[in-house]
Amino acid sequence: MRLTVQKTYKMFVNGQFPRTESGRSLEVKDAKGKFLANVCWGSRKDVREAAVAARKAFGGWQKKTAYLRGQILYRMAEMLERRNAEFITELMAMSGKTRVQADQEVAKSIDRLVWYAGWADKFTQQFGCVNPVAGSFFNFSVPEPTGVVGIVAPERPALLGIVSTIAPVILTGNTCVVIASQKHPLCAVSLGEVLVTSDLPAGVVNIITGKASELVPTLSKHMDVNAVVDYRSDMATFKASAVEGADSVKRVIGHLNITEKSWYDDKKCQNPYWIQEVTEIKTAWHPIGV
Amino acid sequence: MATEKPAARLELVNERMLQFGGKWQYASAPESTEPVKLEKKYNLFINGKFVAPKSGRYYPTINPATEETLAEVADASDTDVDLAVRSARQAYEKYWRKLKPSERAKYIFRIARMIQERARELSILETMNGGKPIRMSRDDDIPLAAAHFFYYAGWADKLEYAFPGRNPQSLGVAGQIIPWNFPLLMAAWKIAPALACGNTVVLKPSETTPLTALELARIVQDADLPPGVVNIVTGFGATGAAIVNHPNVNKVAFTGSTEVGKIIQRAVAGTGKKLTLELGGKSANIIFNDAAIDQAVEGIINGIFYNQGHVCCAGSRLFVQEGVAEKVIRKLNDRIQTLRVGDPLDKNTDVGAINSKMQLDKITELVKAGKDEGCVPHQTRCTLPKKGFWFAPTVFTNVAMSNRIAQEEIFGPVLSVLTFRTPEEAVEKANNTPYGLAAGVWSDKGAKLFKIANKLRAGVVWGNTYNQFDPTSPFGGYKESGFGREGGVQGLLPYLSLE
Amino acid sequence: MKDIGTVDQVNIEARVAMLCKRSIKNQAKIAGLKMAISMMDLTTLEGKDSAGKVLAMCNKAMHPLESDPSIPSVAAVCVYPNMVPVAKKALKGSSVKVASVATAFPSGLAPLPIKLDEVKRVVEMGADEVDMVINRGDFLAGRYDDVANEIAQVKTACGNAHLKVILETGELETFDNVRLASFIAMQAGADFIKTSTGKAAVNATLPVTLVMLEAIRDYYYATGKRIGMKPAGGIRTAKQALQYLVLVNETLGDAWLSPDMFRFGASTLLNDVLMQLEKQRTGAYQAGDYFTKD
Repeated sequence: MRLTVQKTYKMFVNGQFPRTESGRSLEVKDAKGKFLANVCWGSRKDVREAAVAARKAFGGWQKKTAYLRGQILYRMAEMLERRNAEFITELMAMSGKTRVQADQEVAKSIDRLVWYAGWADKFTQQFGCVNPVAGSFFNFSVPEPTGVVGIVAPERPALLGIVSTIAPVILTGNTCVVIASQKHPLCAVSLGEVLVTSDLPAGVVNIITGKASELVPTLSKHMDVNAVVDYRSDMATFKASAVEGADSVKRVIGHLNITEKSWYDDKKCQNPYWIQEVTEIKTAWHPIGV
Repeated sequence: MATEKPAARLELVNERMLQFGGKWQYASAPESTEPVKLEKKYNLFINGKFVAPKSGRYYPTINPATEETLAEVADASDTDVDLAVRSARQAYEKYWRKLKPSERAKYIFRIARMIQERARELSILETMNGGKPIRMSRDDDIPLAAAHFFYYAGWADKLEYAFPGRNPQSLGVAGQIIPWNFPLLMAAWKIAPALACGNTVVLKPSETTPLTALELARIVQDADLPPGVVNIVTGFGATGAAIVNHPNVNKVAFTGSTEVGKIIQRAVAGTGKKLTLELGGKSANIIFNDAAIDQAVEGIINGIFYNQGHVCCAGSRLFVQEGVAEKVIRKLNDRIQTLRVGDPLDKNTDVGAINSKMQLDKITELVKAGKDEGCVPHQTRCTLPKKGFWFAPTVFTNVAMSNRIAQEEIFGPVLSVLTFRTPEEAVEKANNTPYGLAAGVWSDKGAKLFKIANKLRAGVVWGNTYNQFDPTSPFGGYKESGFGREGGVQGLLPYLSLE
Repeated sequence: MKDIGTVDQVNIEARVAMLCKRSIKNQAKIAGLKMAISMMDLTTLEGKDSAGKVLAMCNKAMHPLESDPSIPSVAAVCVYPNMVPVAKKALKGSSVKVASVATAFPSGLAPLPIKLDEVKRVVEMGADEVDMVINRGDFLAGRYDDVANEIAQVKTACGNAHLKVILETGELETFDNVRLASFIAMQAGADFIKTSTGKAAVNATLPVTLVMLEAIRDYYYATGKRIGMKPAGGIRTAKQALQYLVLVNETLGDAWLSPDMFRFGASTLLNDVLMQLEKQRTGAYQAGDYFTKD
């Protein structure tokens, strides 16, 4: 029998796969408690580097046409579909899912990407408008991306959770720093490999693995992060985040207590207002007259 | 209103004219036709298969640039159309209307991707069959067709957000008839929203340009669409009439001449079929004194000579404010000398072949009328190929509103130049037509653009640009230019019931 | 200066994008590349320039490819004032002109008398052409008369030497500014208008060049005077050179397709053009090691 070559799970920052600068690692175990892999125990400095990469990527990503951003999200779906076997294997090992359950999670993740891909050139029409102001002005409001967004992905489902939280954030032109699932981080790292082959510009999505207790406050306090969307923390942690976020009037948004099952529910977790909440409305006035 | 002939001083100043093409000529750069695999004979695409027409009839389709026959194409009879509608109905009832919208979306995304994958081949074929320059089919027609499928694919599972508070329902079988000026793109404009909304389709391409639609049929096959969801029948006016009049068709969409549009409207009246018409135009391009003149001139050129002027929204009437009239005409006259007319497959060609003998005759007749009525033509000095259908780009000065060339849709590379003094006069003249498809306004002053746009009775108004198309942006006309919109959220409406 | 009008950025860029799609092949490519060589101002403008380097460059200017006599010599060499005597001597008897930058190149930030003196000196030393810079500070502050006045005085100081006026378009930022500066320079006596010093962050670009060509066209329509054009800085490849020539060919036409009316300011462009010409001749893609770097 041949000995397999194992994969080193690193983080995903600025389109590359660095190890944590701290050199620390965390053990990932399977459902029965058996060792699966080591992942990076990311540090505050890793979050800082990720935020720098996200800020640098923001301008270019925002300027891409909506059509192109949509195609890149669709490309992500294509890439995920081609690699579904790998994700099924990881999900089974990591979270103790049956093949059927794992297959369902991957399929749902792909379809969710397709759904959000379609929004890239439609959210402006959905959330923007022309306003019939009383006066000789052409007045319109358009949603624009808010900037760098921190995402605290849910612990479970490990793949569907992170896919469902990244897509609505980046499709408008935001860039993000994602804190991956702490217990089940392998899919998040592998998702980086999907993203890097999807024509997604470097730095648009940055994925950090490690301990939420250490990483989330760094994000909330970071003055160059414009919003944090938290799908994981308990109420007390979230409140602390919200308080810290006030220093930069950060948009700190909580979608807490979503059950694992709910992530499969399109009515609940496939939500155009998750796109809207990380945009800013800009209203322009222009006179009408010869 | 002031309709007297403009002063003769608008005639060109010949001194200081620029000379072009004497020092450095581009060698011909023809696109290879190697990627295109033509069949000898094309059948009808019904129920997922290519089937011989019950009519037994075929007709030749040619390359208008060479008059060579490219292939034989089936001429569908009433019986063939009936089969196509039946297959569309069956596919609708049994499968398509029941399909989960997100699955419908994925089918349409597949079509978009396959058009992108086969872009080169499709653009060459479009150029061979239609006569349009390869640069346009390559850079505009084919990419935009893919983009259209991509955009509407995304709507398929989001209709409840487009029409909040309603329960949008598909209509059934859509009968769609499209013209020859943008063959594949028009097919995309029709098929993409129809499928996204859950309808099935019977589409008839123009008799002169059926080939890319038939390639699209192959893509539909390759994308594994359920048989009968898309049916493509080729033929002439009678085939179109059979679609329009078929009792099992729930929706008719037509793009073409106003004359035929009126016939269709009468035929459909009282049948309960939903109807959209995208018809002719005599669109105005208005240049104010304060416009960025060189860019405006470029916009006029693009507005009228793009696609040999075979564009329903072609800016065929130019209104220039008197202060810059001389300047604009001088620049136009120099600019048309750099238009490269000839082999549509040459990557450097700007103006290709006229689509058909019939169209060439119509253009020739109207240009003669222009000359007879005293309008002064200025043409690109170029040698036109002996074979094929060609017309040199033409700019008429000394035109009055009452001249036929200023009134009738020419659908060719012919521009009428008129002048105006005040914004109000420009608006009055621009609106003084039964058509209302599009208009262009050129001014450096934003407020003026919006003011004029407000006053123009046209479905699309371009400010400091012209002939821009995007799947997210609705397109369609006022008045005799038709009704209904294609593109954008509004482009879903013709294919849904919101009862 | 009131009626020069404006430039629309989106549309000028669209026009350039369209012209860049021209496919220049075979004979057209060979003719275009040879024409480009004949229009080149082969340039070295570095603090470390030496007589040896200038001599080598002059040699290359006269005989770009010793093995192929069908390749023309370049139009001029462009050097710093101190190198003018070296170049003049090296080029003696050839058709290649000597151009010198002057007027406190590249910043232009010196008192006017010093700049005028510099111009007179380079002409005395034998410069056939003078490349001056406009005072961007004055221009951006709206002191257009001062800008024009300075150009006019430099023109006088040039005597019979040809004057190229560098607008340093990278610092002017908007196309409207480029158009205005072009008109100021043309009216004040420029024989050529030139985009850049090559020392700014942004140097010659195709859209800026088109804006200037259109200004030249309007000036010609209005006055009958033909002003020359010189894009400089950042033009490194044969492909770029052909794109610039397409712009000229379809904007101003035959009369400007000549070294008298159009120049490229470039240093490394020549070798790339030579490589492309060899590729056309032999059918094989070339490597830099086979062409002398002077």
